[in-house]
Amino acid sequence: MAKAECTPKWNTLALRNRKTCPTPEKSFQTTFTPVSKDKNSQTAGLLAGGDTQSSNGPSGQFVARGSIESPSKVLLMLVAGLSFSTRLYKLTEPPHVCWDETHFGKMGSYYINRTFFFDVHPPLGKMLIGLAGYMSGYNGTFPFIKPGDKYENQNYWGMRGFCAVLGSFLPIFAYLIVLELSNSCTAAIIAATLLIFDTGCITISQYILLDPILMFFIMAAVLSMVKFNQQRYRSFTASWWFWLVLTGINLAGALGVKFVGLFVIVLVGLNTIGDLWRLLGDMSLSLVDIAKHFLARAFALILLPLILYVTIFAVHFVVLNKSGPGDGFFSSAFQSRLIGNNLHNASMPEYLAFGSTVTIKNLRIAGGYLHSHWHLYPEGVGARQQQVTAYLHKDYNNLWVVHRQQDNNSQSGNPDLVRHGDIVRLEHKETTRNLHSHLHEAPLTKKHFQVTGYGINGTGDANDLWQMEVCGGRKGDPVKVLRSKVRFLHRATGCVLYSSGKTLPKWGWEQIEVTCSPYLKETPSSQWNIEDHINPKLPNISLSVLKPNFLEILLESHIVMFRGNSGLKPKDNEMNSKPWHWPINYQGLRFSGVNATEYRVYLLGNPVVWWINLASLGLYFTMVAVASIATQRGFSLGQQRIEHSLVLVRGGGLLMLGWLLHYAPFFTMGRILYFHHYFPAMLFSSMLTGLTLDILFRSADLLLHPPYSYWFQRTGQLLLLFSILYSFYLFHPLSYGMTGPLAHEPGSAMAGLKWMDSWEF
Amino acid sequence: MWKMLQLPLVVTAQVDLLLVLVSLLAFWTRLSHLSYPNAVVFDEVYYGQFVSLYMKRVFFIDDSGPPLGHMILAFGAYLGGFDGNFVWNRIGAEYPTTVNVWSLRLLPALCGALCVPLVYLLTLELKFSHLSALGAAVLLLLENSLIVQSRFMLLESVLIFFVLLAFFSYLRFHNAPSSSWSRYIWLILSGVSCGAVVGVKYMGLFSYLLLLVVASLHTWKLIGDKTISHRNVCVQCVHRVLCLVVVPVLLYVFWFYVHLSFLNRSGPHDQLMSSAFQASLQGGLSRITRGQPLEVAYGSQVTLRSSVSQPIPCWLHSHKVNYPIRYDNGRGSSHQQQVTCYPFKDVNNWWIIKDPGRQQLVVDTPPRPVRHGDVIQLVHGMTSRFLNSHDVAAPMSPHTQEVSGYIDFNVSMPAQNLWRVDISNREAESEVWKTILSEVRLVHVNTSAVLKLSGVPLPDWGFRQLEVVADKLFKAHSSSLEWTVEEHRYGTSQEQKEREAELHSPTHIDVDRKISFWAKFVELQWKMLTVKQEESEHKYSSSPLEWITMETNIAYWLHSSTNAQIHLIGNPVSWGVGNLSLLAYQLLAVVYLLRRRRGLKDVPDGVWDQFVCLGCVCVGGWLVNFVPFLLMDKTLFLYHYLPALCYLYLLSPALLEHAHTHLLRYAHQLQHSLTHQRALCVGALAVLLSIFLTYRTFCPLTYGSPELSAHQLQGLKWRDTWDILYRRR
Repeated sequence: MAKAECTPKWNTLALRNRKTCPTPEKSFQTTFTPVSKDKNSQTAGLLAGGDTQSSNGPSGQFVARGSIESPSKVLLMLVAGLSFSTRLYKLTEPPHVCWDETHFGKMGSYYINRTFFFDVHPPLGKMLIGLAGYMSGYNGTFPFIKPGDKYENQNYWGMRGFCAVLGSFLPIFAYLIVLELSNSCTAAIIAATLLIFDTGCITISQYILLDPILMFFIMAAVLSMVKFNQQRYRSFTASWWFWLVLTGINLAGALGVKFVGLFVIVLVGLNTIGDLWRLLGDMSLSLVDIAKHFLARAFALILLPLILYVTIFAVHFVVLNKSGPGDGFFSSAFQSRLIGNNLHNASMPEYLAFGSTVTIKNLRIAGGYLHSHWHLYPEGVGARQQQVTAYLHKDYNNLWVVHRQQDNNSQSGNPDLVRHGDIVRLEHKETTRNLHSHLHEAPLTKKHFQVTGYGINGTGDANDLWQMEVCGGRKGDPVKVLRSKVRFLHRATGCVLYSSGKTLPKWGWEQIEVTCSPYLKETPSSQWNIEDHINPKLPNISLSVLKPNFLEILLESHIVMFRGNSGLKPKDNEMNSKPWHWPINYQGLRFSGVNATEYRVYLLGNPVVWWINLASLGLYFTMVAVASIATQRGFSLGQQRIEHSLVLVRGGGLLMLGWLLHYAPFFTMGRILYFHHYFPAMLFSSMLTGLTLDILFRSADLLLHPPYSYWFQRTGQLLLLFSILYSFYLFHPLSYGMTGPLAHEPGSAMAGLKWMDSWEF
Repeated sequence: MWKMLQLPLVVTAQVDLLLVLVSLLAFWTRLSHLSYPNAVVFDEVYYGQFVSLYMKRVFFIDDSGPPLGHMILAFGAYLGGFDGNFVWNRIGAEYPTTVNVWSLRLLPALCGALCVPLVYLLTLELKFSHLSALGAAVLLLLENSLIVQSRFMLLESVLIFFVLLAFFSYLRFHNAPSSSWSRYIWLILSGVSCGAVVGVKYMGLFSYLLLLVVASLHTWKLIGDKTISHRNVCVQCVHRVLCLVVVPVLLYVFWFYVHLSFLNRSGPHDQLMSSAFQASLQGGLSRITRGQPLEVAYGSQVTLRSSVSQPIPCWLHSHKVNYPIRYDNGRGSSHQQQVTCYPFKDVNNWWIIKDPGRQQLVVDTPPRPVRHGDVIQLVHGMTSRFLNSHDVAAPMSPHTQEVSGYIDFNVSMPAQNLWRVDISNREAESEVWKTILSEVRLVHVNTSAVLKLSGVPLPDWGFRQLEVVADKLFKAHSSSLEWTVEEHRYGTSQEQKEREAELHSPTHIDVDRKISFWAKFVELQWKMLTVKQEESEHKYSSSPLEWITMETNIAYWLHSSTNAQIHLIGNPVSWGVGNLSLLAYQLLAVVYLLRRRRGLKDVPDGVWDQFVCLGCVCVGGWLVNFVPFLLMDKTLFLYHYLPALCYLYLLSPALLEHAHTHLLRYAHQLQHSLTHQRALCVGALAVLLSIFLTYRTFCPLTYGSPELSAHQLQGLKWRDTWDILYRRR
């Protein structure tokens, strides 16, 4: 209802704004401070507008808002100063590799060396780390073998510093977001304080990790979204476009660092849908206007991030052009573009012949090579014969020899070509077993039959015979290496050789299951191609057909990444963190050191901060419930109260949604989870705390009379500030490192602070 | 329906003949020839074992669902006089004549049959016409998969029945005029059905939550109604909370109460439960532990059971074999005596608790009890080695310490055999160590590591027993660190020989240990939720996305010599109709919503509310019964989709009626309205007819008779992915 009142007024103001705005519009492209200047002038304009019209409800609100502007800038400087100083303090300590630095530091080095590698996360974060290292003079030679390795005289501060700087922006962004959502400096300062003095946030920002980068983009996206929401009455102006496009860019950044970025995309998406819904209900807009709005958002929030995301991958593939440890995860076609790989500029015979040694690759993307090895299926899994699997890496166990039905030794002269419909026997080169199938159920896909290696030195039985078919071919067609799709039909049972894509358990070395499927539909899973082809009796020709196009590479790398992600299953005997542990700060992560003699850093949230957050979540629900029941029942509330409940429901709702989106999905994930996965959600939770507590303090006059309620409010704020500061003083050794005895001994820096048995310091 | 009671005594009753008719048909399709085939069909083999255990009152634990479902099946068996003496070991096994097959299958079939009239009534409560109600009932009536699932000793039909009953009675309550008091009966009935829904299968929880959402939306409207006084609103809210939240929760606990009070004998699943729980069951552990001394004292002879039952329950064990000097991977060991965890009762599981300050191994008179915080030594009964740990890597988990029976090899490796008793479930600081009840951690005094079952099986040199280690980095609540004294007696013999004889003799004496119902309930519930059965694919398992298009079927039964067989295959035409209406509803809802937002009201508000309510119940019901499966990594079967399917059948005719009365009314202005409406009716009739024909076609696979030839079976294989079995002759 406030909206309906506002609209006409805003429309008249638009003109005025356009006149007064030009100066800030030039400058707000650069940094963040001019932005608040812009808002100053905007509110100033509003004030003027309000004055000329009338001084009823909404404009009174703006007066209040104008008055908070000047201290807010000072406060912002304060927040920035504190935030940078807490994050950059003791940055280079400890001078050895901590926790996951061993991965991300290594990957940064790979970019500097242009060596190809594989990781389950998209490349942007590691690229930025690499870039930061390069700029600060790191030469990419440090091996990052395991946590605890000394850096000696390597320039590692640049990479750490880059992460810490990005991490320092988090409290600043939180401050601005909450200020924007609640129009209350107090709320903003509470949120910023919680983050500045949270030991967990400090620790996670200080090392070479993806998380500070990810959180930077998440918060930046939310901030620009919130700013964009504020521009809703100035559609299609430059600042409107600026914030919209900036949101899109940050979304691409978030997704480019980790797939967790998807959650913030969903948050922005939901917000945008709500926004469009509001516009649709605005009868003063024509359908054409709405279509324009829709297209603008589709461009900036879908198309633009997509383009940027793809560009990141393009850069990734262009930069990494040397063969390295990641080759094996990708198809041979992909590998052929890496300098130093054996498939780079390869040549081999063109048509498959009997007596050739080949590797056979499944056509499903990242499907793996047909593989066997000196291990049997364990007892209880079909027949106890040799395992046949699909394997992603290049290996001599992937080699098979193509034989005729009967002969074993290759004849002299020109070998015969294998043609469509020929019966072949595939002998595993290393173990001399034949590819075999029979009517036992397959280990994982119980609807299919088991495939084994059987026989010795090529002598087996009738179950070793396979009919080779070229897809779309006719009888007599030769089999082209690399280009023909072939299928292997089992003679005795009529099933087709199939790669199910499921990962075998430990006994199968976590390779991929190969089965014989009785369902004869042509799918990539049942189609194979001949890849390496060695036959000394045939002439080699050069093969340049392998070059895959960019989209194929992109798709393939994503499938490999997703498979890698879901393959990160918790192992036995390994500590597994559960999502419900996280908000209660149940257990942290050791970044460095275990024993009393070592330099220890322990990632653990400041318990006071985290427990305040937890309590505020409950408080928030109670307050919203009370407020909405009061509204629904039609109790008459004061103007201020209505504003509070609007801030709670709108601003708080947005933050609550952000928290839920960044937390709830982890409950359904099967992969291994760590404590640090909660940090993006924790940012939202802290901002919500700021907003909730501020309104709680301000609602003190519900119970107390004015002078007392004011005192209550001040006392509450001071108490909160003091307890956060004091707890930070108590727990700061967790972040900045400690040596000496462990916490359960009296001489320790953390003596008496082990409030939960599960904390390991 | 009963209208009035007057003099002269006149009773006027309204009977809906349609309703009676569909009910009769439903009973006929579900109940005829119920005892054919006289053999174990598919999952009967699974539920049957629990029915047998109920009949014998033997305790069991089943993680597939709460006990009400099993109890209903068992009740059917009880009515038929089943004595539990049948071995449920394979699908297709013939029932002996002593088993009353009809009564085993009666209750699920009854529930399945009652679903049909319920759907009819539910459609009426959604404020659609009798014709729509008839349509929904017919769709359900002629659905082959529902018939198959109802006719055997399975639980889906029971679940669907209670879900429908809950929604029907809730809507009945909601639609009744607010003045009548009788409507609260319906509310209570709804709450009771909700309790039953959750009690039959955990999946029912989602339907229950949906009902709660619908109810809270209605309550929200009620709160906003300013014509009602505050007091009245409060009272109404309290009523709803009582009936829809408190009653189901109480009932859920009640099912467990009945379950636990019925099953009071020990059985095959005892070992999964704590010692205290086992001691409360007749036979089994309670027979052994009857009359053991309660307080563990210095000199006590005890067996220590690990609190964790993964991978299997086991007891702390040692034997006269040493750790190999070098392991296969080249690491060295202390070469002292092995200490393991052994999953069977054995005389080598006995340990004696010794006071480090004194030499004797017998209990004083009076006994000196061991308390929390006391330091003890543990002496292995048969070999007299001390339980020891030291800074040597354990055989399988090298990051932890080895635990051994100490042997002095004179290699400057001193004995470190002091252990501090840490009772983790203590109530007071000086609590006495109690048999069975206390969960104890043994903290190694020298290294402050804790005795822990790592659960890794040792290689052949350790006889594949489980590894026991001492671990420093203890987490607060890991049950692998905790041990309970299970068998216990006061030692009396000082001499080793006597002691060995004593250890070999059985324990005796007599008292019953009781734990409260709540403790048992919590333990059982926790175990049911956490016991993990091995995930494996079944020949007929499928993924949820295959269900929508019915890419899969399940062969339930095949006659031992002929081609007669029963399959879980749905009626493909109804299946298609259901999917279509789901799509149509969503499309229509989107169009309506967008147009309403622009101020174009296509339908009057009353009709809109009805439309929204239909969507909440039907589309919402489909979603909550389908989407959770996408996130589960369990072995799933086609029959898991059946509850969701029922919602679609509820939706289809109602949507058709909506289209007929409201969408086509717009055609009124365009002249051809009547022809359109007629075309729609003819189309609907044609669809109904084809549904009936498909039902007839698949009847042989639904009822298992008549037997079809291989050729006819081939003809029924409408999809390549269906598995239909042929006997080669």
